[in-house]
Amino acid sequence: MSILAAESTNPLIPPVGEIIIGLIAFAVLAFVVIKLVAPRFEQVFQARREAIEGGIERAEAMQAEAKAALEQYRAQLAEARTEAAQIRDAARAEGQQIIEELRAQAQEESARIVARGEEQLASSRQQVINELRGQIGTLAVDLAGRLVGESLADDARRSGTVDRFLDQLDGMSAAGDGRGGSSAYVPQDAR
Amino acid sequence: MTSSAHALGDVLAVESDPGGGFTPPGLGEFFPEALTSFSLLGVEFEITRITLIAWVATAAMIALLVAAVRKPEIVPGKLQFIGESGYSFVRDGIARDVIGPKGLPFAPFLASLFFFILANNLMAIIPFAQISPMSKFAFPLVLAVICWVVYIAVGIKNQGLWPYFRDIMFLPGVPKPMYILITPLELLQNFIVRPFTLAIRLFANMFAGHMLLVTFALGATYLLTVGNLSAVFGPVSAIMAIVMTFFELLVIFLQAYVFTMLMGTYLNGSVEAAH
Repeated sequence: MSILAAESTNPLIPPVGEIIIGLIAFAVLAFVVIKLVAPRFEQVFQARREAIEGGIERAEAMQAEAKAALEQYRAQLAEARTEAAQIRDAARAEGQQIIEELRAQAQEESARIVARGEEQLASSRQQVINELRGQIGTLAVDLAGRLVGESLADDARRSGTVDRFLDQLDGMSAAGDGRGGSSAYVPQDAR
Repeated sequence: MTSSAHALGDVLAVESDPGGGFTPPGLGEFFPEALTSFSLLGVEFEITRITLIAWVATAAMIALLVAAVRKPEIVPGKLQFIGESGYSFVRDGIARDVIGPKGLPFAPFLASLFFFILANNLMAIIPFAQISPMSKFAFPLVLAVICWVVYIAVGIKNQGLWPYFRDIMFLPGVPKPMYILITPLELLQNFIVRPFTLAIRLFANMFAGHMLLVTFALGATYLLTVGNLSAVFGPVSAIMAIVMTFFELLVIFLQAYVFTMLMGTYLNGSVEAAH
């Protein structure tokens, strides 16, 4: 049998029938692989790639979110700091202003007090002067009566002489240092 | 060792024949008796056990692949993982890495080649088959012719009819007088040598592998049954048969890979315009 086959056939010249059989076998397998197997595998690869990329994308999104939150937090912090600084400056300025105002007020007040004091002083001095003027007249008359005796009692003459004498005194004090002159008449304990 | 059933029958016949010696396995190995034959449209079809082996191998590979993609999931099961590994091996290792990004559309075709050759080659060492249909020249020839048609068609489609042939015939950057030498060589190389070597390489490897296995197997059987001193060498021959079976396994994968790989490089030449 084998000798017969070897004689009738050359291994490099295949029969047409065998070629067709081989062609059909390959065609069937190729059809299944190209139409079904390869697309399914590609789908799986695609799905897998998407799953991995999706995971990466999610992670990236989360990272971006965290970054944004940090940015926002920082911005808020910076804002808060600026605001605090502004408030501090404003408070300082306000305090300064208040102090200025108070000082001005106090100065005004003190000036007013001083003025009033001076006024009071002046009026009381005037009062004292007026009182003293009367007393000095009486005293002077008394003194003069004692000096010349009881004989001198004419009222009209007396008051005229005294008044003239006092006016003379006034004129003298006004001509000299007013304050110095007036203080001469105010006793220490009267103030 | 059923692969060599008839050869074994021959040997036994020879042994019973007085004065007979060892008959080495011949070409008859590859031309088993037709189980049935018929004529269709004037073409003679012979269904032999090798034909059946080819069908079984193809059917088994299809069944495996279909089962692998029946319920595709992102996290693959065992079977899907095996199928995916095979497909990725061709898709990434050949289509993408050899041809480039333009090569991915060819991945299914290249994978078909790889799976078909692998399935048929594996029959060389599967018990009760133990002969690869690829050791019949018809099968590698069919594949080589398909490849030949495909890479020429892809070249014409991608580069245009005239530019494709022009670039093959007149390599750019070659001194003009050299074309006398190079043009015939290039034409021969691209349109005759390539498909022929594709077919011959696969065929011859599987053919020789089968002859080797059968020779060692028959040798062992003969030496063990002769019953003289040569019985010592019988086991050695048997062990060699087993060792060569493992070697054959290597050849099976290697040849499937080499065939697909070379087709990838040819497609690369067709897809990319010549340098």
